[in-house]
Amino acid sequence: MDILLILIPLALTLGLLGLAGFLWALRSGQFDDLDGAAQRILFDDDDPPPPGRQDQTRESSQ
Amino acid sequence: MTLSGSRPNPAGARPRPPFFSEKKEESGGRGGSPGNSPVCRHCGTPLGAGEDGFCCAGCAAAHALIGAAGLEGYYRRRAESAPPPRPDSALPAEDLSEAVCDLGGGEAGLTLLVEDVRCGACVWLIESLLARQPGLVTARVNLTSRRLIVRFRPAEASVTAILAPVQAVGYRLVPFNPDQLDQADRRTQRDLLAALAVTGFAAGNVMLLSVSVWAGADQGMGPATRSLLHWLSALVALPAIAFGLRPFAASAWQALKSGRTNMDVPITLGVLLTSALSLAETIRGGPQAYFDSAVSLLFFLLIGRTLEARARGRARAALADLLRLEARAVLVLDPDGSRRRVPPRRVQIGEHVLVAAGERIGIDGTVIEGQSDLDESLLTGESLPVPVGPGQAVQAGALALTAPLRLRVTAVGDQTVLAGIVRLMEAAEQGRTRHVALAERVARWYAPVIHLLAALTFAGWVWLGGQDWQPALLIAVSVLIITCPCALALAVPVVQVIASGRLSRHGVLIKSATALERLAEADYAVFDKTGTLTGGHPVLIPEASWTPEALAAAAALAVQSSHPLARALVVAAPGGMPAAGVREEPGQGLSAADGRRLGRYRFAVGEPAPAPTTTTGPELWLNQPGKEPVRFRFTDAPRPDAAVTLDHLRDLGFGLEILSGDRSGSVAALAATLRLEHWQAECAPAAKAARLATLARTGRRVLMVGDGINDAPALAGAHVSIAPARGADIARAAADLVFQGERLEAVVEAVRVARKARRLMVQNLAFALGYNLLAVPVAIAGQVTPLIAAIAMSASSLLVILNALRLSGGRR
Repeated sequence: MDILLILIPLALTLGLLGLAGFLWALRSGQFDDLDGAAQRILFDDDDPPPPGRQDQTRESSQ
Repeated sequence: MTLSGSRPNPAGARPRPPFFSEKKEESGGRGGSPGNSPVCRHCGTPLGAGEDGFCCAGCAAAHALIGAAGLEGYYRRRAESAPPPRPDSALPAEDLSEAVCDLGGGEAGLTLLVEDVRCGACVWLIESLLARQPGLVTARVNLTSRRLIVRFRPAEASVTAILAPVQAVGYRLVPFNPDQLDQADRRTQRDLLAALAVTGFAAGNVMLLSVSVWAGADQGMGPATRSLLHWLSALVALPAIAFGLRPFAASAWQALKSGRTNMDVPITLGVLLTSALSLAETIRGGPQAYFDSAVSLLFFLLIGRTLEARARGRARAALADLLRLEARAVLVLDPDGSRRRVPPRRVQIGEHVLVAAGERIGIDGTVIEGQSDLDESLLTGESLPVPVGPGQAVQAGALALTAPLRLRVTAVGDQTVLAGIVRLMEAAEQGRTRHVALAERVARWYAPVIHLLAALTFAGWVWLGGQDWQPALLIAVSVLIITCPCALALAVPVVQVIASGRLSRHGVLIKSATALERLAEADYAVFDKTGTLTGGHPVLIPEASWTPEALAAAAALAVQSSHPLARALVVAAPGGMPAAGVREEPGQGLSAADGRRLGRYRFAVGEPAPAPTTTTGPELWLNQPGKEPVRFRFTDAPRPDAAVTLDHLRDLGFGLEILSGDRSGSVAALAATLRLEHWQAECAPAAKAARLATLARTGRRVLMVGDGINDAPALAGAHVSIAPARGADIARAAADLVFQGERLEAVVEAVRVARKARRLMVQNLAFALGYNLLAVPVAIAGQVTPLIAAIAMSASSLLVILNALRLSGGRR
């Protein structure tokens, strides 16, 4: 039964890691906008725009 | 990969090309199928024949702005079902600088509510537009709550300059003060989620350890190992219990302090006693610890609480947003000719205010300049637009339809007619008997009974059973554990959460906690007419008095006007060529360059009407040179599903009645069409509320459905009330439920779900009580082991949840 002394703390530590991860995600606001997150993953190209083009568009949009 | 390519396209939806080619716009002639007719390149509004590219200058500017920023991809990405907003270039933007707060470090921030954010493409467009602004630090759109959080450096750019492109594209931004109720809601939800996670973790691990103990009991596990496992369980469970019990303990303490009990009292007491007893057993090295029961009880209860808080928070936020978006600023004209937008309550009496065509009036005043037609249907129930001119009084809540008006403010705030109706509403609300929720009624007697039972058990074992006080106390506590109302506390909230989820998929938002229970009890439905049973806009009556040619000729004129009667003509004869040189005389009619005139008889024919017309409905006359004048008559047609809705309600056992502020002729006609016997016309707001009070005295539980400002007192005083989301904001605020969209049948759906929900709640309560009835004798007899407690608790909770899930059944 000595193995319990290693395995139980190990199991609890792993579980606690998961819990800590979830609480961190919760605190950093990752559960605030579930709809937006689902869409955001699909924005892939020019975000943020390359610096050269950014300057160009600044001039033309003003 | 582009957004539009990766989204599942609804069947039949054609992907929108980035630009409509010039060829296509030219070939898309009039009267073609909607797929081929030209639409505005920016907002997708169908265009009249002869127009090209854009529906208005604002759209053209927005399109150019998006193109110049290199963001044309937006038109490819946006969802087919979500057209972008139409920019309104005529109105100056609201001043947002007041909402900015200093964040320190040379940065400032503000939170805004964005109207019309509907899909990921909107999020992308807004964030990309802002990312190109100098001085911006971060900008993030929350699609769920439609908030835009901006951080910028005020030294480099003003907030107005930064946000200008977003407003120019057509998104309306409303300043939003984040430290309000909303924030509290959000924190509660977050805390509950954290508590849920912690207790979930603890429940899983403690249950594993407990299973080892139970299995070990059969296989000869030594007391030392068992004690170790108990200590480990205590180590995991006790902090989790301390963390997860707080919401319940706080509520229980509140209740006890005010001399009441609620369901949280036995829950808190049960969990605390269970933990204390288990800890004592563990220290003593005894065989029985109930940590698993205590933690999983909390876990199950927190699931219910979290879902409930989330559903209610979402409904409340949706409604609060609706209200905020409606609170439009008033455009004040200063004597020096400058214009500024001011919230209605800060306007001074005597100031001049400009109301644009299509805008709702925010103050009471007199017209100084301008002729227009006012839609007062929300205010009075009157379905016809009323023409107003200089010198006439107008009231807050009316909608200027055809032309802008210049007003002098005569009353603001508490003195307005609107404020008077609000006072009536508050009075009606106080008159309503307070509804006691089903769960609260059960909790009122449940908590004392089980505590008495535990005390009797203890006394019985000590005096009758001749036990020592320690084992007797153990047994008494086990009675409390087994009766700890896990299933009972879940019985009602789980059903409510699932019911509100199902209703919100049908566009019905539930505002108050007991609304469903009250709706299930309702047996008499009172409807407002204009805007509730009817569509609130006139429809042409087919008659022999006019020919299709005359209709086409009239529609050619009418296409240029936004008057509701003119719109009705265009709807009846779509795709016509607009006539040339049309001029509109507000409140009178339209005239074309070729001499055709459409409008009031006097205007169209040029002489007073021949005889007082016997008709009740509104009418328009068309006078073409060299032809007899033609008359078009209109009616405020019932909603397409009004008759079906009323039939369903009749089948559900409802008595039905119409209370309208409109004239009796049109109310009687509608009542006849819908086969309703009971109706009252020309009701003032107070009369409506009085009629409901009379009905309530005769024992009726009245469901009130109405959309107008004049319905608000009745909505507040009814047993339960429903308002359409399109109605006046005060009506939505007064109602218990709000339905979105045009379908009146949502009311029937809400009643059905409410009744089914009540049936399930009663079933769940009966089941939970029945379970206790079986388990309590076992506990009193002192036969409860941790294993039995754990199985009984989990099984009863799961059964209650599964029973509630039947409500969401299949149809999504």
